[in-house]
Amino acid sequence: MGDYVRQLPHQGSHDMARRPSVVSRVHIDIPLLLLLLLLTFYGLVVLYSASGQSMAAVTRQGTYFALGYVVMLLAAQISLQRYARLAPWLYVLGLTALVAVVFVGVGAKGAQRWLEIGGFRFQPSEILKLVVPLVVAWFLAGRTLPPGLFSIGGSLVLLGLPAMLIVIQPDLGTSLLIAASGLFVLFMAGLRWRIIMLALALAAASAWPAWMYGLKDYQKQRILTMFDPDSDKLGAGWNIIQSKTAIGSGGWQGKGWLQSTQSRLDFLPESHTDFIIAVLAEEHGLQGIILLMGIYLLILLRGFWIGVHAQTNFGRMVAGSLTLTFFVYIFVNMGMVAGLLPVVGVPLPLVSAGGTSLITLLAGFGILMAISTESRNGAV
Amino acid sequence: MLPQFDLKDSQLESRIFGSRTIIAICLVVLLLGLILVRYYALQITEYEVYRTQSERNRVQLQPLPPKRGLIYDRNGVLLADNRPSYVLSIVRERVDDLDLALSELQGLLSISERDLENFHKKVSRSRPYEPVPLRFRLTENERALLAVNRFRLSGVVVEAQLLRHYPHGELFSHALGYVGRISEEEVQALDETDYRGTFYVGKVGIEKFYEDVLHGDVGYQNVESNAHGRVLRVLERFLPVTGKDLTLSLDYRLQRAAFDALGDRRGAVVALSPLSGEVLALVSTPGFDANLFVNGISYTDYNALRDSPDVPLFNRAIQGSYPPGSTIKPFMAMAGLQSGLVTPESTVPDPGWYSLPGDSHRYRDWILRITGTGHAPLVNMKMAIAESCDVYFYDLARRLTIDRMAEYLHPFGFGARTGVDTTSERGGILPSTDWKRDAMGQPWYPGETISAGIGQGYMLASPLQLAVATGVMASKGQRQVPHLVMAVDGKPLPVTSLEPLIAPAEYWETIFDGMREVVHGRKGTAKALAPGITYEMAGKTGTAQVIGIAQNAVYNEADVSERHRHHGLFIAFAPVEAPTIAVGIIVENGGGSSAASPIARDVIDAWLSSSPADG
Repeated sequence: MGDYVRQLPHQGSHDMARRPSVVSRVHIDIPLLLLLLLLTFYGLVVLYSASGQSMAAVTRQGTYFALGYVVMLLAAQISLQRYARLAPWLYVLGLTALVAVVFVGVGAKGAQRWLEIGGFRFQPSEILKLVVPLVVAWFLAGRTLPPGLFSIGGSLVLLGLPAMLIVIQPDLGTSLLIAASGLFVLFMAGLRWRIIMLALALAAASAWPAWMYGLKDYQKQRILTMFDPDSDKLGAGWNIIQSKTAIGSGGWQGKGWLQSTQSRLDFLPESHTDFIIAVLAEEHGLQGIILLMGIYLLILLRGFWIGVHAQTNFGRMVAGSLTLTFFVYIFVNMGMVAGLLPVVGVPLPLVSAGGTSLITLLAGFGILMAISTESRNGAV
Repeated sequence: MLPQFDLKDSQLESRIFGSRTIIAICLVVLLLGLILVRYYALQITEYEVYRTQSERNRVQLQPLPPKRGLIYDRNGVLLADNRPSYVLSIVRERVDDLDLALSELQGLLSISERDLENFHKKVSRSRPYEPVPLRFRLTENERALLAVNRFRLSGVVVEAQLLRHYPHGELFSHALGYVGRISEEEVQALDETDYRGTFYVGKVGIEKFYEDVLHGDVGYQNVESNAHGRVLRVLERFLPVTGKDLTLSLDYRLQRAAFDALGDRRGAVVALSPLSGEVLALVSTPGFDANLFVNGISYTDYNALRDSPDVPLFNRAIQGSYPPGSTIKPFMAMAGLQSGLVTPESTVPDPGWYSLPGDSHRYRDWILRITGTGHAPLVNMKMAIAESCDVYFYDLARRLTIDRMAEYLHPFGFGARTGVDTTSERGGILPSTDWKRDAMGQPWYPGETISAGIGQGYMLASPLQLAVATGVMASKGQRQVPHLVMAVDGKPLPVTSLEPLIAPAEYWETIFDGMREVVHGRKGTAKALAPGITYEMAGKTGTAQVIGIAQNAVYNEADVSERHRHHGLFIAFAPVEAPTIAVGIIVENGGGSSAASPIARDVIDAWLSSSPADG
């Protein structure tokens, strides 16, 4: 890896003057890496408490992180050009896998999301989270920007196909995330405001028919519960009541590390996975929330910075989309746990326990690093 | 694949991308700000609300039921205590399928319909993690069975619980009353906090009257428990305050003597200390095993008690209302003396019958049937009492009139509840013209006064009232409210004294003489008691005619004649010089006073032989 020849046109970077360091040779974005490590450490500290002081859980998560960072480093070594070239093939492969899920997939809790190959389970939808922005960016990068109607239509088909295949699994949350990642590419590509406004208006107009005919009962229930958790105290509302209680009872200072009663006494469900932010809020208070948000914001800003400094439209669009998708994770998770958004299965990125999303996210950061180092190193 | 950019497009695109990035950053900061505002609202603005809620989640108040106070007799004999009993409870939350669990339990031990019914009622009222009692009083065997099968009985717990126990069964059943499971109505009436964790409450008798004293104060512990209700640790504990112990004035030995003397007859005995009002014995037979009620009596047991022709649940000593018969005569004598209508020396001619002036109807003296004539040509008060002369009291009653009779008899406690410290007491009837008009809407007829003079007719009194009246007589007018409880936790209770009945010593002496003659006189109506007696006893016999069959009576043919026999009554006090005990006795359908009087001898013997100095 790394001994292929970079082919992107050099656009007169002043970086030429510097000697390529070891860091730049392995395509690492130091500020991003430091922020990610900081977040990882914070996350593991919270996880230790949220998992009921289980060192095993922390070790397992640490292993995922180790694996994730290796994947990130590998992803950082691949040139943008190669990503662009691979994108359509990965896309076709991903779609095939999604179709396969429909027929031979395995699942749990009424949802069919996994493929099992040689005893190894994987979730094709996770791969699509990265592939969709890549393929839409690849599609748009060859055309004039801002995108015309044909470009928009093509993009929508590219992001719509996997979104639809995932929605029938059913996994509305992931489907929306994937659709969003493709739409973010369009947004970064300069999609005209009047089209954006029109789309928003259409979305608003279709809300009622979607509610009536599109959403399943349990999905409607989640939305209703968000507005009035007390209506179903011991059922769907329980999670929200208990997570709000956990957050609120943390106050400014928090109850202290390992002192979360809501989680320790099992009042808070999913305390080490989707609802881990509630444990953080309970133990570390608003201070802890601000610290976490600070780290997240710095990571997001670094992502945007990388996008702005990307050498190609492909890089810009991918960087912008990946950063915005990362933000959506944060927003949706923190919002749902605090009762602002309906409960959907979105983990708190890089903090919630669980390997799959973590590895996908870190792979995404690997792509960001590839973009970052490409822009600075130019042709090495 | 890489398009040829011209410079202009490239700049445009770069600008578009720059502006989109700025917009994206603004959007991100705005939305993160929104989230932060939400967290600020929860953690700072509404902190108190959620802190309280979290505490409430975490900390649970668990009741620690108090131990019920014990009950002793005057000599420290234990009459009611608490014994450990094993209770089978179910924690609903830990049971997957309640019906399945119940049917599995039914395969192991007997669970009655009633148990199930009570269980289901309680289940609907309690929290999922609270153990709900299903079966009480598990036997050794049942506990062993449960222990062996524990692995497949998730959510089934066996707990030790203190249960009320009455070691003397029938002997004290009417004196003490009993506790029973708290009923639906009682749940409403009782202080819910105070009775958390307590399964039973006093239902009748002393157990009910002194419920507040016996119950104690509930304690609490604050426990930290998890979402499944499992207690993790005790944070704070306020111990319950044990109920206070009661020391009764009842004497086990007198109670035993009275109970044994009554045998299998229906009747009641009340003995009390004339100067203090302490009740020394209170027996009503037949009794019942009060232990049956402690955990909810079964329908079979209850029906058997309720439907028995002997009405064992009826407390004859305080609820029974009987015509006092001739036992009223000493009190009538005092009424006569106080009214000035007679003197100790004045006499009445006794031909064996009496008739009202201008009326041919003859009111017969009981002696007429036996001797064919009266007690003596002229009968004075002492003789009238000793031989139970009816004519003397017919004449006195007529002259006294019914209303003045009521006025003079009232201070002896007739016609009103005595106010004894137990439940369900009845006050009997002391007839008067007003009473008859109010109760029956009829005028008083002069003939009715005559029979009232010998305690027949409308007048009714309970054995307790007879004992109280006898006590007033024995103490020469001292009047106390009778009471069963002498001390609470060793501290004596104050005695409530009533205004004494003032009368010249001569009056008392005359009546005492007459009553002494009843037992010790040659022609005394209870002279059968005298042989072997070591003290002087004053008494008065009585017989009450049974006009109808007693209420609730279900009887068979063979019983009819027995149940038409007269009630035997007897009142007494002793020793005559300085009385320390007064008794009132009734034996239903005893045939006559001779059924009742030997009981007095047994009870007074037991009292005077055991504690000559007491009282």
